[in-house]
Amino acid sequence: MTLPDSRSNSKVSSMSPDEYKTIAKKHEPPRSILKNCLKAFFVGGLICLIGQGIQQFFMSVFDMSTKEAGSPTVAVLIIISVILTCFGVYDKIAQWAGAGTAVPVTGFANSMCSAALEHRAEGLVLGVGASMFKLAGSVIVFGTVAAFIIGIIYALLGTGGGG
Amino acid sequence: MQVKGQTWTYEKKPVILGASSIVGPEEGEGPLAEDFDFIYDNIEINEKTWEKGERRLLEDAARKALEHASIKEEDLQFYVGGDLMNQIISSSFAARKMGVPYIGVFGACSTSMESLAVASMMIDSGAAQYAMAGTASHNCTVEKQFRYPTEYGSQKPPYAQYTITGAGCSVVSAQGDGPHVTHATIGKVIDLGVKDPFNMGTAMAPAAADTITAHMRDTGRSPGYYDLIVTGDLAAVGLPIAKELLKKEGIAMEETNFMDCGLMIYDRDRQKYVLSGGSGCGCSAVVTYGHILKRMKRGELHKVLVVATGALLSPLSYQQGESIPCIAHAVSLEMGG
Repeated sequence: MTLPDSRSNSKVSSMSPDEYKTIAKKHEPPRSILKNCLKAFFVGGLICLIGQGIQQFFMSVFDMSTKEAGSPTVAVLIIISVILTCFGVYDKIAQWAGAGTAVPVTGFANSMCSAALEHRAEGLVLGVGASMFKLAGSVIVFGTVAAFIIGIIYALLGTGGGG
Repeated sequence: MQVKGQTWTYEKKPVILGASSIVGPEEGEGPLAEDFDFIYDNIEINEKTWEKGERRLLEDAARKALEHASIKEEDLQFYVGGDLMNQIISSSFAARKMGVPYIGVFGACSTSMESLAVASMMIDSGAAQYAMAGTASHNCTVEKQFRYPTEYGSQKPPYAQYTITGAGCSVVSAQGDGPHVTHATIGKVIDLGVKDPFNMGTAMAPAAADTITAHMRDTGRSPGYYDLIVTGDLAAVGLPIAKELLKKEGIAMEETNFMDCGLMIYDRDRQKYVLSGGSGCGCSAVVTYGHILKRMKRGELHKVLVVATGALLSPLSYQQGESIPCIAHAVSLEMGG
C-alpha cells in the first residue's frame, strides 16, 4: 500500500468564508418579513382576544373584578396551550404563526410543557424536574433581572416601587 | 487495495450481498415508500422513548440485511456502525444485541458511507469474510439533542431540513451476487464559516463539492461515467450550491444525473413540514440501500456514486458560537464486472 501522494487542492478548500457567503446568499430561500409580521400580529392578537373573552366570562359569570379575573384567565390560556402542546398541535400552529404564538403566555406554557414531555423519558427528577425550565428558564432569569433594574430606576426617580 | 490521493480502490470489488431499509411513517408517505423493507406506522416505533425507537430501527435493519444476504448472525464477523446520538448509543446498543465484534464510527450524516467504506476495506484487505455497515436516525431524537423539544413551537426557517426516521444496513462480502463497491473517497473536513445549525445544506455543500472533485481527480473519471451521483442530505438549498461550486471546479455535473437523497425521500409539495428536504444518517442509508440498490438490481442503474454528507457539529459547539465543520464521503457502486 502506498501512502496518499496528493491532497485535494479544490477551489472550495481554499475559499474564504466571505466568498462563500456571497454564493450561499444567492441560494437562500426568501423569508417574507412582512408576511411573518402580519401573521404574528393577527395570531398574537387573536390569542389576546380569546384571553379578553375568557376574562369577560369570569367577570360576568363569577362576578369578578378585572383584577380578580386576571389570574384565572391566564390559567385557562395556559391549560389550552398545554393541551394543544400535548396533542402535538401547538408546534404546527407556531410554524405558521411565528412570534404570534411565541410571545403571549401560551408560548411560555408551550416551552415548559414541551420540555417536560420531551424529558419525561429521563425520569421525574433528572428529566421533568431538571429540564422543564430548559427554555423557559432564561425568560424567568432575564424577566426578573429586568424587573429588578426597572425597580431600582423607579426607586431612584422617587416615583415609588409600584402599587 | 490501491490508494491514490483520498481514494481507495478496492481490488477485490466487495459485493453488497444484502441490504435493508426500515423507516418511520413520514418516510412511508414519501415517493420511495415501495422500496423500503418495512414502514412503521407510528413515530414512536412501538417503543417508550425516542432513543429506544431509533435503536429498534437499527436492530430491525440489521436483522433484515442478514436475512437478505442469506447469512446467519454467527457468520457475520464485524459490524461497523454509527449514528447521531451522543456517544453513538443507538449503534452501540444495537451491537450489544447482535453480539458481533463492533467498530463504532461517527461522521454525522455521512456515517452511512463512512461505515460502508470501512466495511468494504475489511473485506478487501481480507480482514473479514462478511462485514456489516449500518446507521440510523430518528427525527425526534435528533431534534431533542441538537435543537428544541419536538413539541416546542418555534418557527423553523424555510431552509431548515427534516431529519428522517429510518435505518439502513448492508452486508458486504468478498463473493456473491450484487452491486460491487469499487471505490471510496474519504472526505476532508471543510468549514466555510456557516454557523446556523438550521442551515445544514449550505454548511455541507462545500464538503460535497470537495469530495466529488477529489474523487474525479483521483479516479481520472468524469461525472458522465456514472448514471447517477447522489449527495446525502444537501436538500433544496444545498444541492444548487454544490452544483455551482462544482461548476467552479470545472466538474461537468451536467453529464450525469445529480440528485440528493434528502430531496428524493419526501414529496416536498405534499409533505410541506419537511421544509427544504430530508437529512440525517438514515437519509442516505435508506435511499441508497432501499431505493438505489433496488434500481441497480433491476438494471435501471449501473454505476452510482453516493456522496454522503455530514455536519460535524455538537449542540455545545454551536452554542459557543463555533461554525459548522462538514465532511462528505463518496462510495462508488457498480453492477456486474
